[in-house]
Amino acid sequence: MDWWFFFEVVVGGLLSGVMYSLVALGFVLIFKASGVFNFAQGAMVLFAALTFVRLLEMNIPMLAALGLTMIVMVILAIAIERIVLRPLVNQDLIILFMATIGLNYFIEGMAQLVWDSDVHVLNLGIDEYAGFEIGNAFINKFDVWAALIAGVLVLILSLFFRYTVIGRALRAVADDHQAALSVGIPLRTIWIYVWSTAGLVALVAGVVWGSKLGVQFAISTVALKAIPVLIIGGFTSVPGAILGGLIVGCGEKLAEVYVGPFVGGAIENWFPYMLAMVVLMIRPQGIFGEKIIERV
Amino acid sequence: MFYRESGQFKTSYKADQAILPIFQDRVAMVFMLLVAFVVIPIFANDYWLGSILVPFLVLSLAALGLNVLTGYAGQISLGTAGFMAVGAFAAFNLQIRIPEVPFLLAFVWGGLWAALVGVIFGLPSLRIKGFYLAVATLAAQFFIEWLFTHFDWFTNHSTSGVITSPPMEMFGISFDNPLNKYLLVLAIVVLFAFAVRNLVRSEIGRAWMAVRDMDIAAEALGINLMKTKLLAFGVSSFICGVSGALWAYVFLGTVEPQAFDIIRSFEILFMIVIGGLGSVAGAFLGAGFIVLLPILLNNLGTLFTGGQVSTGTIAHIEYMVFGAFIIFFLIIEPNGLARLWQTGKEKLRLWPFPY
Repeated sequence: MDWWFFFEVVVGGLLSGVMYSLVALGFVLIFKASGVFNFAQGAMVLFAALTFVRLLEMNIPMLAALGLTMIVMVILAIAIERIVLRPLVNQDLIILFMATIGLNYFIEGMAQLVWDSDVHVLNLGIDEYAGFEIGNAFINKFDVWAALIAGVLVLILSLFFRYTVIGRALRAVADDHQAALSVGIPLRTIWIYVWSTAGLVALVAGVVWGSKLGVQFAISTVALKAIPVLIIGGFTSVPGAILGGLIVGCGEKLAEVYVGPFVGGAIENWFPYMLAMVVLMIRPQGIFGEKIIERV
Repeated sequence: MFYRESGQFKTSYKADQAILPIFQDRVAMVFMLLVAFVVIPIFANDYWLGSILVPFLVLSLAALGLNVLTGYAGQISLGTAGFMAVGAFAAFNLQIRIPEVPFLLAFVWGGLWAALVGVIFGLPSLRIKGFYLAVATLAAQFFIEWLFTHFDWFTNHSTSGVITSPPMEMFGISFDNPLNKYLLVLAIVVLFAFAVRNLVRSEIGRAWMAVRDMDIAAEALGINLMKTKLLAFGVSSFICGVSGALWAYVFLGTVEPQAFDIIRSFEILFMIVIGGLGSVAGAFLGAGFIVLLPILLNNLGTLFTGGQVSTGTIAHIEYMVFGAFIIFFLIIEPNGLARLWQTGKEKLRLWPFPY
């Protein structure tokens, strides 16, 4: 067995796993604060990336484009809270889940209607194919950058959750909606914050994925890959999303390389889900998830 | 005024337990069946029969299957299309290898295999719940899709992976024109609809609903969770498998894994949520809504823009309207179209009096 090659696969897997984590983070934020499984996260990633890339193509400087896209995502968050979430307060979770699937369709359609459905090249000034070697293993430079971005994002989010007033309010809402309301935390504002944050995370994920794959419809399907990541890490944990991403990325690459050839290849498509299922059988709430306590 | 059960006294247990206890309901049912079996075949043209009614009925059947699992037993499934694919491929493989088997038997065979696969992927439901369970069914979906794409034994070593379904013939009648296909599908769907309706009011159905409402409480009442949940997975997958076989044989005419992708699963989930969870009528209403809405939007789009706007733009608008409609429906009636129908019936009972 070629250990350098093994090393390369593992590192490549870990780095691509971080990319999944980026998408999964958006899910976790919203789930943590409102208990809603936001299926539209993938569409938000697409929408953010498309907005950003089209603004860039209008020769707007990168920072300004980034700022404008952020504003758009915040407006989107406010609209979602006002139009979709508010009338659905107190409904079953499956209803809210279905509403986000509807939202997913809506945003996907809107993103492509307002902008277009072509493939756009997004160049951040990093060569996607460049890399460096450690021993005999080739490491993709772009993936390292993506991992760094994800790491910084997680750090910022953790600090935000821990030390700011809004962060505390978010955690309070996550723990108990009613108790939070009763001590005067405005639930609606909090939801707007959460969805805005998820929108910004979507923007980061969209930029990273977009510059890797090109900004196109396919990046909205990355969300489906984020589901097993979430499950493994636990729905409610930010570090869990990262760890889940690492496990899924690493696991699927290893499986593809070492098991794939024996069974016809392309097992990447289902392997993460099976992995998630196995993890669930052992720990039904994911690795970092809060323990599910049920009472009659 | 006309829809009222007053004066209808049940004098035997049999009458009390009838599947449609109210006289007007029975009349309405007979009327609907007459329309479906007699009037529609006389008046509908081939386009309506083959391209709208047949897919509507087949997808209703799939929605009915999912409704057993999600609506009655409370287990979310995103793998419906996967189970449909199992049904289609099992039916096809039986017929390819033993050509003498009549196709109806092949459908049952397909259903049985789907049930088996459904039970296997339902096993995690004993330990995990809610959205976590949805992932287990997603695993089923992607795994099954992959299996049928990558192992050409299932497609009988066809090079393209797309195969024409075998011709359907029985008692000398060939089911190759839209009318016969429609009647065939209709008969099967009506059969299943009554079977499910009967099942959900039996002990089994009540156990399902108890598990849905709270499985710990149900267990405390002495309901065997394992048996109940797995039975729900089995029955649901059986129905989905049959509908998958119908989808491939009757509607598409080809058996291909691409017809059973994740989008189809979501489509069927939409049907039952919009139609109404835990309702047989809801499966039909939801399927009608989801099948007809895109056709309607498409026609309206071409009508209003006069073909000036590109099809891409129309498709995007369709997406938006579709999404907006779903949200709109969930907001105005989270319990689905079936609930609206119920409310309508309640109103009709009093009409024209205020109370």
